[in-house]
Amino acid sequence: MELIGEHINGMFKDIREAIINKDPGPIEHWAKLQTEKGARWLDINTGPTVAKEDQPAVMEWLVKTAQAVSPLPCCLDSTNPEAIEAGLKVHRGQALINSTSADQWKMDIYFPLAVKYNAKLIGLTMNEQGVPKDAEARVALAMELVVNADMRGLPMQDLYIDPLALPANVAQDHAPEVIEAIRQIKVLADPPPKTTLGLSNVSQRCAERKLLNRTYLVMCMAAGLDSAIADVEDEMLVDAAAAVQVLLNKDIYCDAFLKTFRS
Amino acid sequence: MAVAIVKERWTNKVLEMTIGQEPNAVKVGGDSTLPFLHFEGEMPNRPVVALEVWDMEPDNWPAILTEPFKGVLDNPVAWAKKCADYGADMICLRLNSAHPDQMDATPDEVAATVKAVAEAVSLPLIVVGCGVEEKDALILPAAGEAISGQNALLGCATINNYKTITATCMVHGHNIIATSPLDINLAKQLNILINEMNLPLSRIAMDPLVGALGYGVEYAYSIMERARTGALNGDKMLAIPMICFVGQETWKTKEAKTEDNEEWGAQARRALLWEVLTAASFAQAGGSIFILRHPESLKLFNNNIAAMMKQNS
Repeated sequence: MELIGEHINGMFKDIREAIINKDPGPIEHWAKLQTEKGARWLDINTGPTVAKEDQPAVMEWLVKTAQAVSPLPCCLDSTNPEAIEAGLKVHRGQALINSTSADQWKMDIYFPLAVKYNAKLIGLTMNEQGVPKDAEARVALAMELVVNADMRGLPMQDLYIDPLALPANVAQDHAPEVIEAIRQIKVLADPPPKTTLGLSNVSQRCAERKLLNRTYLVMCMAAGLDSAIADVEDEMLVDAAAAVQVLLNKDIYCDAFLKTFRS
Repeated sequence: MAVAIVKERWTNKVLEMTIGQEPNAVKVGGDSTLPFLHFEGEMPNRPVVALEVWDMEPDNWPAILTEPFKGVLDNPVAWAKKCADYGADMICLRLNSAHPDQMDATPDEVAATVKAVAEAVSLPLIVVGCGVEEKDALILPAAGEAISGQNALLGCATINNYKTITATCMVHGHNIIATSPLDINLAKQLNILINEMNLPLSRIAMDPLVGALGYGVEYAYSIMERARTGALNGDKMLAIPMICFVGQETWKTKEAKTEDNEEWGAQARRALLWEVLTAASFAQAGGSIFILRHPESLKLFNNNIAAMMKQNS
């Protein structure tokens, strides 16, 4: 399970203020903290308040600041391809682009970008018509992503398909559909594409958020989830992920398994 | 139509370990794929072989095994030189005299032997205790101190005695053999515990306690293969070289000890094949350091390794 630490995102107040004040402190704090807590990637998102023309420069600054204090690669999270490319240019190691939708015109931008920079790519199972309502429609869009990866020469293991978790309080019927979609995406190709989720989305504006996140993570991992953008500060969430790795026979058991998962 | 070669994409590689000192240092590990798949990844170092030297005359070795060492079995220094002449990459000095049921030699006594052997041969040294955990915790620190700074490989450390042996390796600049009884979970945990004492993982070799052909070779093979695929898939705590004590296992089998007879044929041929086949199997499972006993086995096994190391990409 590759956890992607979600906190370096302009949606969070401390990060938003750090961006405005050009203060590297909070970025460094979260880069280090999430590294210790077991993240494999640091999500980097300028947030919605940064003007479009400023996003490339902010992205570049965030990547440099985070990677100066953490050995981890970054998950470059933006809807602006210029911001993504600015991040890729200064990124050390193999980056993860977050994300393309399954619209052909977007895939024509992002797949070549990923190949050019030897980056991995998250593909969302949605298009301009929105998020599909069931597993079958999600998988149909996942197939579009798989075909494009094949066509553009992106190794299948470098494609991370996100079947899009929605908040359980407003779109409860989607929760099991996403799990089924994960199961089916893993048999679309051999070797299969990877799968990922914006986990915290499932509990947006719900009570008992952490419990919902942890439970859903375990359920999705059992169906084949390889990665998630998540709150790695939640110790029990990371513990649960470590336990599932052992119980799915993915990580070799040892008494210190909670620790080795984080190392 | 051209056939596309399917290649596995591994995410991690085995750490490289250096034993001994230049110009005679030996390097093992560094693999980024399964053994001998040169078309798929790197295998920068071939498996290496040490011949065993005892610090007391063995009383239960069959004649075909003592014959090549005639006249030196009561003299570890001469014996070690003989092993060097036979072409061993390393010497594995076994401190059997310290065993309470044997001569119960003191730490000072075995340390003197270790020092004498180290001075007489330039090959890298593996120093193995008598196999009694409490006693090894006493003699290995003395042995490690006697050859301080020589970057030897000391063992075998178990879950019960790893602390003193690890401390010795830290202080005197040696590497350690971490032994666990055919159990991958315990092996991983022991590596973690040793590493937590701040001995770098690149200075630990894993000993899975292999069995000989016909005596659990498949089980050991599976354990080693699982450890290695885990390592290549990113498990850092298992991404270290593995050591196989093939000689000690082979030469206690009845197939190696039974003399010539009609049904089983000549003992010499049978016993040597037993040792070589056991070693060759574990080389395929990912073994990097092999401890053999018979010089002819060393030769045959090296032939096999030379053939397997040829490029196939």
